[in-house]
Parts: sequence; C-alpha cells; structure tokens
Amino acid sequence: METRFLELKNISKSFGRVSALDQVNFFIKGESEIVALIGDNGAGKSTLIKIISGVYTPDSGEIHIRGEKVDRWSVTQARAAGIETVYQDRALVLQQTIARNIFMGRERTGVLGFVKGRLQLAEADRLMRTIGFTSRVFAADSVVAKLSGGERQGVAIARALYFQADLMILDEPTTALSLTESEKVCDFIRRAKEGGTSCIFISHNIYHAYDVAERFVVLDRGKVVLETDRQHTTAEQLVKDMQEIARCNQEGSA
Amino acid sequence: MFIILAAAMVFVVASGEIDLSFGSIVGLAGWAFALTLEAGLSPCLGVLFAVIVGALAGFINGVIVTRLGLSSLVSTLGMGFLIRGLINVGTQGEGTPVTFLRDTPFYNTFIGNIRGFPVHMLWALGFVALSVLLFNYHKFGTRISCVGDNLESSREMGINVATIKTLAFVYVGIASAIVAIQFTLTNQIFYPTIGEGLLMIVLAAVFVGGTPGWGGIGTIMGAALGACIVGVITSGIVAAGISHLFTDFFYGLIMILALMGHKLNEPRYRY
Repeated sequence: METRFLELKNISKSFGRVSALDQVNFFIKGESEIVALIGDNGAGKSTLIKIISGVYTPDSGEIHIRGEKVDRWSVTQARAAGIETVYQDRALVLQQTIARNIFMGRERTGVLGFVKGRLQLAEADRLMRTIGFTSRVFAADSVVAKLSGGERQGVAIARALYFQADLMILDEPTTALSLTESEKVCDFIRRAKEGGTSCIFISHNIYHAYDVAERFVVLDRGKVVLETDRQHTTAEQLVKDMQEIARCNQEGSA
Repeated sequence: MFIILAAAMVFVVASGEIDLSFGSIVGLAGWAFALTLEAGLSPCLGVLFAVIVGALAGFINGVIVTRLGLSSLVSTLGMGFLIRGLINVGTQGEGTPVTFLRDTPFYNTFIGNIRGFPVHMLWALGFVALSVLLFNYHKFGTRISCVGDNLESSREMGINVATIKTLAFVYVGIASAIVAIQFTLTNQIFYPTIGEGLLMIVLAAVFVGGTPGWGGIGTIMGAALGACIVGVITSGIVAAGISHLFTDFFYGLIMILALMGHKLNEPRYRY
C-alpha cells in the first residue's frame, strides 16, 4: 500500500464537558484526491480540520504525515508540511491590505525582519490576476473591508494557492456566495487537484460536495458514521443517508 | 517628552489592548536609575538597569493580559497602583537628588543642547522615527496590526498572538524608562511621584492623533502630532485667557471628542 499523505488515528477532542470528536479516524491518500467532509452543525467538522491544520491540539490520538508520526503539531508545522487551510471565517484581517492578508504570518522579510512591501504587493497582484480577479476597482493594496464576500473568499483561496499546498482544506467555501461565485470555487478545487493538490472540502450542501468530491466522510456528533465514494453512491442516496442519520438522532434523543 | 510614550502606546492600542500603568513604570524605571546612582555606580549602568526594569514591567503586563487572559484595561490599572505603591513603600516617599550629574557629558547626552537645539527633542524624533519604521515597515508592526484587527484570524494564520502583544507592552516599558531618565535629569531629582499625570495626556495624544481604540490600525506620526497638539493645550488655555484650572477639563474634552470622531469614522474602516 502506498503511503498516505495524512492519517489521523483515534483522535479525540473535548471542550470542557462537550466531546467534539470521539475516536475519529481519517486519512488522505498519497495521490491527490478530493474528500468531502459532511455533517450537521456541531458534528465536529470544524474541530477536525482545526486539528489537521494545527490550531487545536487533540486530547488523544495520533497524527501521521507521509507515514511518519508527528508530535507537537502546530500551525507552523502544518504549513511546512504543505497543508493550507481556508477557514470558514476566511481568517482575514479586514482593515489591512490584500497583500498584507496574503502574507500574514509569513511576511517576506529582508534585513532585520523588515517587510519587503513592494515585493509582497507585486506578488499579491500577480496572484489575484491568476485566479481571475481582474477588476480594476481594487488592487493588491486595497483594504479587504471594501471587498464583497466572494472577493474576500478569493483572497483567502489565493493565499492557500500562493504557498503551493499539498493538501488544501476548505471550510464551507461556498457559504454566503452567489451561484456563479460558488461555481468558481468548485472549478478552482478541480483545477487544484489536476495540479496535484488534495482537498478536504467541507460543506452543508451535499450537491456542491457531490459535484467535486470523490470520497465522502460523514461526521455526526463527533463520530465518523459513514464513509463512501463516488462509485458507490449518488447525491440522492447521500441526502437520504444524511436524513436517516438525522432521524436516528432525533429518535435517540427523544 | 511624552511624544516617546505616545508613539510607543500606538503599538499597544493598535494590538487591541491598552496600557494604563506606564505612568507608574516611569516611576519604577526612574527609581531603578536613582538606586544605581545611590549605589555609586555609573549612570550609564543606571540607564541599562532602568531600561531592563521598564521592559520587565511591560513584560509582566503582557503576560498578565495574554497568558492569564485578564482585560488589559483593568489589569494594567491594577498594575499601575501596585507599582506606585511599591515605589512609595520602597522610597518612603523620599526623593533622590541627582544634581551632581548636571553638565556632565552623560547629562548633555540626554537633555543638553546642541547649538541651542534641545537634545531631548532629538531623542523624541529618533524614537518616533524608529517607531514608524517598526510599525509600518517591520514584521513586528505588521503583526501588531493583524492581531489587533482580528485575533482569531491571526491565530489561524500562525501568528503567536500572545508574544506579539507582550512585545508591545515591553516596548511601552522601554519607552517609559527613557522618559523616566529624562524626567529625572530635567528635575535633577528623582521623586517618587514621577510619571503621575502622564496618563491622560499620553492617551489623549494617541487618540487625538488618529489611532482609534478598536485595534488593527494606528499611526505613529499621528500620535507625535497629537502629542504636540495636546502639549500646547496648557499654554493655549492660558493664552486664551482661561484659568489654568481648566487644563484637565480640556484634556478630557478633546479625548472624548477624538473618540467620538473615531466612532463616526468607524464604518469607513471596518465594514
């Protein structure tokens, strides 16, 4: 068997008394693949990806990257391993420029830690054009607060793209976006895969997820309840499965 | 002299916090300076000691705010009282004269004259220039703005928010130490109340200068200008024929007006 890019073994995480993840196993294959992570609100999707991206430390369980177990997993380490995350909240700083947002936490610096401002601007400008931001209304030194939801998402994705991820995690990338903007995001994910990048795509919208993903992992209240792939299911079947899970929950709690 | 403090304060305010203890840190650093001199050591060593003490006090402020998670508004207020109390107990309210330093090269380096131009203004200009470089063109200032703008985003992008904020407090501590030495030399005595009364004028300078209170943006040059504006209030009031007793009233008034102005401007920046 080839080495998996990422493997999580028996990951658990709780916040106070609330158990967010309970003995979760998850993996990403070695070659590029798109995995959809589906689940209701509070299912633990965001917690899981924050563990992968190093924001949270799991209470127990192991993380393996390219077959090797890692300790003290952090955001910096995750990035060094080629994992980029586009967070649900976009993780932008609104009062700063596009360039500053793209290089946030990883500024291009010269002597004594001074930022190479012009280089960052030029790079940001080039990047925005590659992903199809050709609007003349804003430039790389525009402030992010002036951008629309879709444009902000674009900045967040451009950032992930710039640092050439091996694995890109997109948390609800299509929420609050118009139809055409969502389509753009899906297109972008497909293109990234062709370029050899794996994706974890998190969505409420099963149809969006079904459109782009090859494998589906359904989380429910901190546990993986269903794993399937495109050959073995249809979008309609997935929706039915999800409804079934929701129904069981209601009966369970009633 | 308080231009130095106003410039440093922009870092803390832009990082989304506030420091109300710097007046007492001025006192603490001044005391450290005085103690070194009393021990018969070189005044240069005194400067070093004062800066270390100032930085350390700032560091403690930073740790309390970032690691213990206390509100900086209340915790630095508490620290201010704590430090001032410590100075009062330690000195028993007695001052330390430093008249023997008058007209020594050391004295002239800090507050002398170069062809009539006061040296302490050069210090202020130098410090402002350094702060502008750090704030606008350095990784440190960039990250300060990001952290003050959105804490969670900064964390997600791998910025160590606790360290960045702590460094901002340390910077104010160092600025306090420089001001403490200049004050002590100007008065030719260290007295335990040194630094009191700075609180209002420094904060007014920051806000009048155009740094809003919500974090994420700030302007060093603005704070320097703000300090000049606030600085002329005292003389301006007298010149306008109003009783000097109105001074505090006007400090407070322009600060409130400045904050109201920022509030009106807020949508332009944030939404």
